Amino acid sequence: MKYVIVGNSAAGIGGVEGIRSVDRSGEIVMFTDEPYHTYSRPLISYYLQGKTDIEKMSYRPEGFYCDNNVRLERGVKVAAIDAENRRVVLDSGASESYDKLLLATGSRAATPPIDGLENAALLFHFLTLDDAKALKSIVAPNSRVLIVGAGLIGLKCAEGLSATGCSITVTDIAGRVLSAALDEGGASMVQRHMEQQGIRFRLNDRIAKITKNRATFAGGQHVDFDILVVAAGVLPNTELMCALGCDAQRGIRVDSLSQTEVPGIYAAGDCVRCCDISSGQEKIMAILPNAYLQGEAAGVNMAGGNKSFETPIPMNAVTLMGLRVISAGTFAGEEHNAGDEGAYKKLFVEDNLLKGYILIGHVERAGIYTSLITGKIPLDTIDFDLMKAQPQLMAFSRSGRQKMLGGQ
Amino acid sequence: MPIDFLYPKFEVVRNPQRCIACRVCERQCANEVHRFDPALNLMESDESKCVDCHRCVSLCPTRALKIVETDHAFRKNANWSGEIISEIYLQAKSGGVLLSSMGNPAGHPIYWDKLLINASQVTNPSIDPLREPIETKTFLGKKTHDIKRDKNGHLVTETSPQLEISMPVMFSAMSYGSISYNAHECLARAAAELGIYYNTGEGGLHEDFYRYGAHTIVQVASGRFGVHKDYLEAGAAIEIKMGQGAKPGIGGHLPGGKIVGDIAKTRMIPEGSDAISPAPHHDIYSIEDLRQLVYSLKEATGYRKPVIVKIAAVHNVAAIASGIARSGADIIAIDGFRGGTGAAPTRIRDHVGIPIELALASVDDRLREEGIRQDVSLVAGGSVRSSADIVKAIALGADAVYVATAPLLALGCHLCATCFTGKCNWGIATQEPELVKRLNPEIGFLRLVNLLTAWKHEISEMMGGMGINSIEALKGNRLMLRGVGLNEKELQILGVRHAGE
Amino acid sequence: MKRITVNEKWCLGCHLCEYYCAFANSGGEDMAKALKGITIQPRLRIEQAGCISFAVACRHCDTPLCVKSCITGSLSVRDGVVCVDREKCVGCYTCVMVCPYGAVMPSESGAIQKCELCTQRSPGIPACVSGCPNGAIVLENGG
Repeated sequence: MKYVIVGNSAAGIGGVEGIRSVDRSGEIVMFTDEPYHTYSRPLISYYLQGKTDIEKMSYRPEGFYCDNNVRLERGVKVAAIDAENRRVVLDSGASESYDKLLLATGSRAATPPIDGLENAALLFHFLTLDDAKALKSIVAPNSRVLIVGAGLIGLKCAEGLSATGCSITVTDIAGRVLSAALDEGGASMVQRHMEQQGIRFRLNDRIAKITKNRATFAGGQHVDFDILVVAAGVLPNTELMCALGCDAQRGIRVDSLSQTEVPGIYAAGDCVRCCDISSGQEKIMAILPNAYLQGEAAGVNMAGGNKSFETPIPMNAVTLMGLRVISAGTFAGEEHNAGDEGAYKKLFVEDNLLKGYILIGHVERAGIYTSLITGKIPLDTIDFDLMKAQPQLMAFSRSGRQKMLGGQ
Repeated sequence: MPIDFLYPKFEVVRNPQRCIACRVCERQCANEVHRFDPALNLMESDESKCVDCHRCVSLCPTRALKIVETDHAFRKNANWSGEIISEIYLQAKSGGVLLSSMGNPAGHPIYWDKLLINASQVTNPSIDPLREPIETKTFLGKKTHDIKRDKNGHLVTETSPQLEISMPVMFSAMSYGSISYNAHECLARAAAELGIYYNTGEGGLHEDFYRYGAHTIVQVASGRFGVHKDYLEAGAAIEIKMGQGAKPGIGGHLPGGKIVGDIAKTRMIPEGSDAISPAPHHDIYSIEDLRQLVYSLKEATGYRKPVIVKIAAVHNVAAIASGIARSGADIIAIDGFRGGTGAAPTRIRDHVGIPIELALASVDDRLREEGIRQDVSLVAGGSVRSSADIVKAIALGADAVYVATAPLLALGCHLCATCFTGKCNWGIATQEPELVKRLNPEIGFLRLVNLLTAWKHEISEMMGGMGINSIEALKGNRLMLRGVGLNEKELQILGVRHAGE
Repeated sequence: MKRITVNEKWCLGCHLCEYYCAFANSGGEDMAKALKGITIQPRLRIEQAGCISFAVACRHCDTPLCVKSCITGSLSVRDGVVCVDREKCVGCYTCVMVCPYGAVMPSESGAIQKCELCTQRSPGIPACVSGCPNGAIVLENGG
């Protein structure tokens, strides 16, 4: 059995580990258009901030490819798939055969439709190590940075840059920061916290035009910048599937065994859309844990095993300038506020199930809440008042705890 | 009133260099001695509540604690000791009887310590128990007078019902109620594991423990608590409790507050009612009456189980034992005046009864003199503390011994002797669920097995040293004993010669 | 598979396990010196309510979500024990977000800390197990 994996990030690595958990000997070839050993993308903001280095950013140890008998082809772009003959065609024109193919192609930065964006003096994205390296090499304490997008990437970029002492403005069309991960109250807490540390925000505003060093907003006001970072979301890299005639523009669809509609081709990670079990909606959940778990499941299935990743939900754990934020699930249904001093906490309950939560400040043991969502635990089987106050196993029944902790 | 003030008996000494304020002492003290002062970030003690049970000392992870006796003292007086003075203040205040727990702590002679064991040299070789078998197994019950043969000349081997024990030790009676469920579980499981017996005491047998019935002696006491047909059937033997060494001549009283839940159910009395055991059995005023109860119990159980009659060691113990031997009992258990108790009036515990060593020797003598020694087995109890005490008891004439305080120590008891408060910090003499759970039977039962296994090794070694390879050969073998520091009368009663003789 | 089993029935809520844990991971040789005057940061915690108490420590799951979700690769499974490379950990708390037991703990350094069954110390019996006075925390060596 010969496996080809396109992509060397979390989903691709998950794929390798998934395959190897079943098949120790099959050939694995991995293509990546980046020149690096696998690294953790979310760490680029820590890199920018100087809190980690290239070596520590390795997502897996030095000997990973060797230990797992993987042939890694770096800096090679896969241009097309010849599904009929089960071959991937490379940029160079060469090709590689496969029995099972895993697309772990991830996503790329979206470019918002802003007039004159291409005219910006220095334009960056913030998704790859190369992005971070380039940004790090150019930013100076007197730089004026404008970040377009107040999502996770934009704010982590702001945090990473703030270490240099440059002046930072974050703008977004949305009325609040982290609009996908937080509600109104939580977002304003995060915004306030970052503002106190010198980050300026310009929300609920649209950039009408960009010239060399100036962004002019719809209302006529303007912000001057030296560096423009576009962090306005990501788009799935699905060209390879689209070229096969699949409707994959908004993410590749896979079945419960991670297979695409094309036989022999599997997909995982940020390029895949799947069902968020907290909302029942199909979407792309471009977060690392999901990418790994999808990749791992795909790998197991490619190698003849049977594994489905059944519990994808959107979730984020992030620390912004010292403020800890964890949120997960959907913010729908009945709201329960339970924050204590200096902290923000909201639980969302619907149909006797926990659907989502937001924790800011005090985030200890958040995973217990996450498990209520993913495990679809009926809330009337636990002491929800206790659980609301603190995530704790005490809120489960004694027999429930026994199952969890073993013993008598 | 100031007049009632008694300076705390114990002082908690806390090493401030070692105390890390982890508050384990505070959490573990049911008497609420320890307290954390958040303002000072220090642990404090209310020593007036300390009973010196060492729970805090034992659990303190940094060895920061010790408990010492106070050096605060009344004016020295050989006659009026501080203890006596304090007791007078207490009684003057309360008008009540003083209560105590566990065995008599007074300084009466401990004859075990004045008896020494023999060993073989040259002329009579000793036996190495690692190389040759030493039989510690023995049987309790009525033995036959004569060897009988049937008409074909074959030996008649049928005997009265016997208790087979792998070593001459049994756990003596402690009721469920006076000790906890977990303590009973420890005893029951250990008895089964060791091939010996434990004793229900007078509180009945919890339904969970019927499965250990083959290693259980069920007791019938004057209160008749928890006695019914299935109970009698459940045990391997039935013990009629006539008396207890710690409180001869008086009954027992378990306050209604402790008669809750399973304890009430097991005792077959309503929750909250006092469990009062009368001083005498109201149907026994003579040996003839006793015989009626013995035979009632035998009749009820089809003559398949030996009946034990347990008495406290008192002045006329030899004559009483002679009577019991004639009542049809198979085994006589004698409980000496240092035997333990969950609660007894202090004056009774400390002043009534006689030492087990003297009682045992005189009973054995008397039954031999009357030619009825083989009609009964003798079990001696009342502070048998070690394997050496056991060997001495057997040599004095016992068939086996009863132990209770020693196993309790193995379970964690530190002999603070405040069982009657019901707040045993070691989970033994308490019914408070939070305290009971401190005694994990998984641990406790193993500790009991360990203790008795160790004793068995020691008994084998001492027997081997004497050149004796069976308990039967040691029984009543008083030549194996010598006395030290004993007067003529004591030596005469004990039936041993003085060391050097 | 080594793993700690918690016998709630026998937990006394004495919190000794937390102190033995903190001491074992302090690197000190004397508990009094190591823990005096500090607020301990043990790698297992007692949950307590009324008369119920039990210790919660890492279960070293067969399918460890924390390891699979770790964004840095600093969590890994070594001989069945979920271990953390605290040099590598950036303290993102993704593991805190996914651990269903709430057994991954923050630490003062910012990196996370968790029970590693005392494998970083002298191998053998974890300090909480040997320190528990009532057999409420037991080391299982099952397969």
